[in-house]
Amino acid sequence: MPDEPLIHARGLVKRFGEFTAVDGIDVDVHRGEAFGFLGPNGAGKSSTMRMIGCVSPPTGGMLRILGLDPVRDGPQIRGRLGVCPQQDSLDPELTVTENITVYARYFGIPRRVARERAAELLEFVQLDERANDKVEPLSGGMKRRLTIARALVNEPELVLLDEPTTGLDPQARHLVWERLFRLRQRGVTLVLTTHYMDEAEQLCDRLVVMDRGKIVAEGSPRELIERHSTREVLELRFGEDALEIYTGKLAGIGERVEVLPDRILVYATDGDAAAKAVHDRQLSPSSVLVRRSSLEDVFLHLTGRTLVED
Amino acid sequence: MVTTLALPRLIARTQGSAGRIGAVTARDLAAVRHSGYWLVVISGFFEPVLYLMSIGVGVGGLVGDFTLADGSVVSYAAFVAPAMLAASAMNGAMAEATFNFFAKMKWVKLYDAMVATPLRPFEIALGELGWALIRGSLYSVAFLVLMVALGLTTAAWAVAALFASLLVGFAFGGVGMAISTLVRTWQDFDYIMVVQFGLFLFSGTFAPVESYPPVMRVIVEVTPLYQAVELIRDLTTGRLSWGSLGHAAYLVVVAVIGLAVAARRMNRILCK
Ligand SMILES: Nc1ncnc2c1ncn2[C@@H]1O[C@H](COP(=O)(O)OP(=O)(O)OP(=O)(O)O)[C@@H](O)[C@H]1O
Ligand SMILES: [Mg+2]
Repeated sequence: MPDEPLIHARGLVKRFGEFTAVDGIDVDVHRGEAFGFLGPNGAGKSSTMRMIGCVSPPTGGMLRILGLDPVRDGPQIRGRLGVCPQQDSLDPELTVTENITVYARYFGIPRRVARERAAELLEFVQLDERANDKVEPLSGGMKRRLTIARALVNEPELVLLDEPTTGLDPQARHLVWERLFRLRQRGVTLVLTTHYMDEAEQLCDRLVVMDRGKIVAEGSPRELIERHSTREVLELRFGEDALEIYTGKLAGIGERVEVLPDRILVYATDGDAAAKAVHDRQLSPSSVLVRRSSLEDVFLHLTGRTLVED
Repeated sequence: MVTTLALPRLIARTQGSAGRIGAVTARDLAAVRHSGYWLVVISGFFEPVLYLMSIGVGVGGLVGDFTLADGSVVSYAAFVAPAMLAASAMNGAMAEATFNFFAKMKWVKLYDAMVATPLRPFEIALGELGWALIRGSLYSVAFLVLMVALGLTTAAWAVAALFASLLVGFAFGGVGMAISTLVRTWQDFDYIMVVQFGLFLFSGTFAPVESYPPVMRVIVEVTPLYQAVELIRDLTTGRLSWGSLGHAAYLVVVAVIGLAVAARRMNRILCK
């Protein structure tokens, strides 16, 4: 069955006691796709990824991975997956190379092949110079890259990346993106979670937006923006606390106005025209910014909350 | 068709499983090479030797020879030495199966990475036990060489006793892991140490159980270290009997139950 999706979930549920972390989601991921789960803290992204990775049995619904049953065929499926969990789980007692070669043995990969692949993979993630170092002193970005390299040692068909770049500086993030992009070009299927819209836009062909255990929207990044937002957004800041009073004063400008604690967003097809309209009403914002609409706006519109809350 | 394919598939599966178990043991061997931990490992050898010398040989000089339940006469050192071997097999296995195992599972989160591979919890437990047994057998071999040198047993019986000490390590390793999956805090390990030391003192180690009050004797006889001491003593003193087989069977059952509990609990803890 060449057309069978690599991941096929229907009404998938995960409960922890009384609490429902994943609340009946439907997902299909096809071979060669780069698929994203976008959502804020606690949305249920990791819980979903762990079920897909066959380390967490679903509480309800149906789940097939690579056409197999994750509960019954767990070891067989896991042998064909590469997993980069949210928390790095490197082996602190081993060297960088050993972290890959020892891990390879868990998949039954012969020692010699493991050594060859470790050398290749360390080069791929630009860690070859640290090959014989201990893991502990590596920077966060290096550990993340090592975790990704380790996940590739069994030449997986499907790679699961739970927040691959959270906590990395921009340079390290771009390096990871670039490597993931190359994997995609090789035809590896990627599934990743993120709270960064730019990451989703960069890497994903298709994504779902998750909130409180549910899928609230699905599509390509462009489709989602077109469907749930306007082409441009006007960001206004005023030097005062109570921004609510502007709701009335801005009424009629653009298609929709969203008041956030620190700024006001005006959704409009033409941001500059909207800015001019604000000016014409004798309102004097302390800062005015016109930008293209992003997934963040989609998320805000769908859930009434910003994606990265701090 | 199905039946003809079932057997090769089963064999392939078992082989895969054995390879993965070996990979976990290999991981521990790789880790021990890097850390200063091998010093700790080596220090484990001296404890039974110190006891043997101070109590077996030292106190033995005062006690003189010893008449066993079946009427045979042995030196006090030959009576105490197999008990030290059994206790050292227990301590070696427990050290890995309690403190280290708990740290790897709850603190280092080592097994979280392992369960994302084809490894299953019982394979992880067996692999860890493999390393605990390698560590334990190093002590046992060294100690048995010493016993043969001191004339406390013969070389042939020493080989048999080595296998018995592996079984002892297997049983206590299984029990230790099962306990480790049940305890919640580091403090609980203090209680385990106390229990272990109590077993060490009262499992017919320094005095025959026949000399204990009847109630205590019954309690002692159901504990695993007593069974281990008796099995190894039967071997090193060359007095094998049906009773010895009973002791061995007891230890096998304990090992299997311990492992089964440990694997089940690991599954609950790691695959939430
Ligand atoms: N083992 C667990 N036991 C109890 N509750 C859990 C467990 N794992 C997750 N949860 C809860 O389930 C919810 C979803 O968690 P999950 O880790 O899937 O979210 P997430 O989308 O990955 O969030 P984040 O962006 O913070 O990683 C959270 O409210 C979390 O507290
Ligand atoms: Mg998460």
